[in-house]
Amino acid sequence: MSLPFKKPSILPGFWPAFSYTILYLSLIVLIPLSAVFLKSVTSTWSHLWRVVTSPEVVASYRLSFGASLVAGMISVVVGFLVAWVLVRYQFPGKALADALVDLPFALPTAVAGIALTSLYTENGWLGRYLAPLGIKVAFTPLGVVVALTFIGLPFVVRAVQPVLADADAELEEAAASLGANRWQVFRLVIFPIVRPALLTGFALAFARALGEYGSVIFIAGNMPMKTEITPLLIVTKLEQYDYAGATAIAAVMLTASFLLLLAINALERRTRKFMTMG
Amino acid sequence: MKPTTFFKRALALLAGSVLFGAGPVKLLNVSYDPTRELYQDINAAFAKQWKAKTGVDVEISQSHGGSSKQARSVIDGLQADVVTLGLAYDIDSIAEHAHLLPANWQTRLPNNSTPYTSTIVFLVRHGNPKHIKDWDDLVRPGVSVIAPNPKSSGGARWAYLAAWGYALKKNNGDDKKAQEFVTRLYKNVPVLDSGARGSTTTFAQRGIGDVLLDWENEAFLALDELGKDKVEVVTPSLSILAEPPVSVVDRVAAKHGTTQVAKAYLEFLYTAEGQEIGARHYYRPRSPEVAAKYASRFAKVQLFTIDEVFGGWQKAQKRHFDDGGVFDQIYLR
Amino acid sequence: MATVALELPRKRTSAIPRSIRRDPPLVRWGLTLLALLALGVFIVLPLVAVFVQAFAKGLPVYLAAIREPDTLSAIRLSLLAAGVSVPLNLVFGVAAAWTIAKFQFKGKSLLVTLIDIPFAVSPVVSGLIFVLIFGAQGWFGSWLIDHDIRIVFAVPGIILATTFVTFPFVARELIPLMQSQGSDEEEAALTLGATGWQMFFKITLPNIKWGLLYGVVLCTARALGEFGAVSVVSGHIRGQTNTLPLHVEILYNEYNYSGAFAVASLLSVIAVITLTLKKFLEWKTKEGASK
Repeated sequence: MSLPFKKPSILPGFWPAFSYTILYLSLIVLIPLSAVFLKSVTSTWSHLWRVVTSPEVVASYRLSFGASLVAGMISVVVGFLVAWVLVRYQFPGKALADALVDLPFALPTAVAGIALTSLYTENGWLGRYLAPLGIKVAFTPLGVVVALTFIGLPFVVRAVQPVLADADAELEEAAASLGANRWQVFRLVIFPIVRPALLTGFALAFARALGEYGSVIFIAGNMPMKTEITPLLIVTKLEQYDYAGATAIAAVMLTASFLLLLAINALERRTRKFMTMG
Repeated sequence: MKPTTFFKRALALLAGSVLFGAGPVKLLNVSYDPTRELYQDINAAFAKQWKAKTGVDVEISQSHGGSSKQARSVIDGLQADVVTLGLAYDIDSIAEHAHLLPANWQTRLPNNSTPYTSTIVFLVRHGNPKHIKDWDDLVRPGVSVIAPNPKSSGGARWAYLAAWGYALKKNNGDDKKAQEFVTRLYKNVPVLDSGARGSTTTFAQRGIGDVLLDWENEAFLALDELGKDKVEVVTPSLSILAEPPVSVVDRVAAKHGTTQVAKAYLEFLYTAEGQEIGARHYYRPRSPEVAAKYASRFAKVQLFTIDEVFGGWQKAQKRHFDDGGVFDQIYLR
Repeated sequence: MATVALELPRKRTSAIPRSIRRDPPLVRWGLTLLALLALGVFIVLPLVAVFVQAFAKGLPVYLAAIREPDTLSAIRLSLLAAGVSVPLNLVFGVAAAWTIAKFQFKGKSLLVTLIDIPFAVSPVVSGLIFVLIFGAQGWFGSWLIDHDIRIVFAVPGIILATTFVTFPFVARELIPLMQSQGSDEEEAALTLGATGWQMFFKITLPNIKWGLLYGVVLCTARALGEFGAVSVVSGHIRGQTNTLPLHVEILYNEYNYSGAFAVASLLSVIAVITLTLKKFLEWKTKEGASK
């Protein structure tokens, strides 16, 4: 049975598990998603090209990719900090803080959007202190970043946390006994260990942010060319019965996030392999 | 229970309800956002009247959302017996894309199949601190206007066309000047929500903007909900006659065997009782008697129709709201 | 009890503070405060905003909003959607993790990426795809209409969309866990004569049970909370095809802000309770193991 594509193993169940995985994946994800691509090509190429390169759509790519990138990076920094504190330190209420990290997964995105908007408008709890400083959050690209960070943060924390908890203490001690200072230990020992996890967390946060809809439309203000995210334009196209146009934009986004995820998964695997090799 | 017996019983139940009229008749009314409160009352009144007349119970479900989104759902298979949407273009689309009703649907009921009308008015903050009286005040620098996005909201399309119509009239039909006016107006809009209710929330709850462009019925509802000490309604000198139409979705109703009751349901909207319920919810009645009775509710305003000024919805949609249309140009500069 | 013995050393090393791993108090408290501040601003404050607005009109209004028949039917529908999609994704998650973590084969990276895809698909598109397939204008549209089978704008569509959106959660949770555990224990069990299923239930399952529970908790929470995708396929028929998040939107759009936030707070409470419960169980077993 063993085709060249699989390394032999004494563990049983590869073929049933593999077949089931592929079957279920195809039924729930791949075949439905292919509808997007098949629907988009029901129109002429010139129409599709016009749709995906029209100025509003290009402006929305800029916002969606830009804001997701910034939000992903903030998530990486803040998420790493949170994971570090949760793994390394003891403080009262730690269990609760740990549980709360997952809240953005669980809170309906529309609720998150409404709550964030009410916090950050000029008369909101936070907005009223930011407004005198000249910082406007709600109805600006900054608001989009805030919503996307809310969405992305748990992905990073949950990716880094287990790795940090499992990290071998002896490595750090060895480094210290060889004369490394705290910062060197962090930079040369700890950081390389968590780097793949940070990458995974970033990739997931970024990819999720790219498609996010519910929480963003409330806080974005939805001004054409300025604060319209790409998923909103997909919806707008649908309202005009332009299914081909809508699915064409969707296909562009799908392809982009697929390539991104693929690249980061490969990168992560490579770093992991490199590490285990020594 | 074995599946076969289950199916047999289900079938028997189904047959029973069809043959002996055992269960209540079910209708689905797919409507746009602002009509929730209206149809809650209409449904109760109609069910009572239908029961008295035929002895049959009728249960009406409601579905609400943006007008175009709702039309699209019906096209994609949402089982609506009747549609009551924000503008004729959306029902035209159902006829065009899914052929669920004939293209001449709008001629089947009186008054362009619109049992009630509305218009576009302004909602301003209490005391009208920015002295907003008419359309010209909306394009003044420093006035912040809240309106939904016309590409996704039916009410917003009426508002956009109302502003355009006003500018045309003021400038003796100069199309260029009208476009300039509308462009200046939308430059004063800081937030484009996707629907009318979203805009009301932005204006009322978030405290953004000096004036909200809204359906008349929505503005009065907001006044009731939010309090007369917070906002007031300003009616401009000239506005558009907004006609939200209704229709039976023939093929769906035929399949459900509900054609008769669906028709009666829509006709009920034209009766004195239906018209009064509409007027109580701030929809302008078509019936002269009911209109006279509720005259004090509605400010006198000069109204123009979309057919007069824009040559109908198909043309207006194509020129102004389709991709690359006049509305898009505003933001491209 | 081989599993416990093997697990212990790893847990212990990270739990015992040693000099180099112990940061000076200033750094420790500084970082802790910073992290808590970040959590506070990004996560706790929106949650507090939900609760404040939920109770803005007092407890009676709150309870009335939750007891309303439409709310109850939304709760039932949400539970049904989660009740079907979570077990489906659970079985898939275990099978996928087994395949990916325990075997080496070509195209593994691709498979992992494909499993992640539903995370990256915009909720709008996740709903749309099912409309494109099962809608009246879709691939199977006319066949379904002829046979009077309703998928979209009915319960099956809502379940499908929920399953799609929560697809990766369990798998994503298990893959790194099983990878880090390796397969020595399984191989040992097989050498000692265990059958495949014995090995799975006696070794693999106990090893992954917390990760599995965690994945299920997340999957459930997300299934209950999904908004965008379900919104596209629901049809928004009051009392029939509205899930809890959609019901929140409806109440909000009816200017019933405290009602909307009351229902939203219900969802948050469910989330916080399950997440805290999971922490508690984890702590319990750790304690049991170290005795």
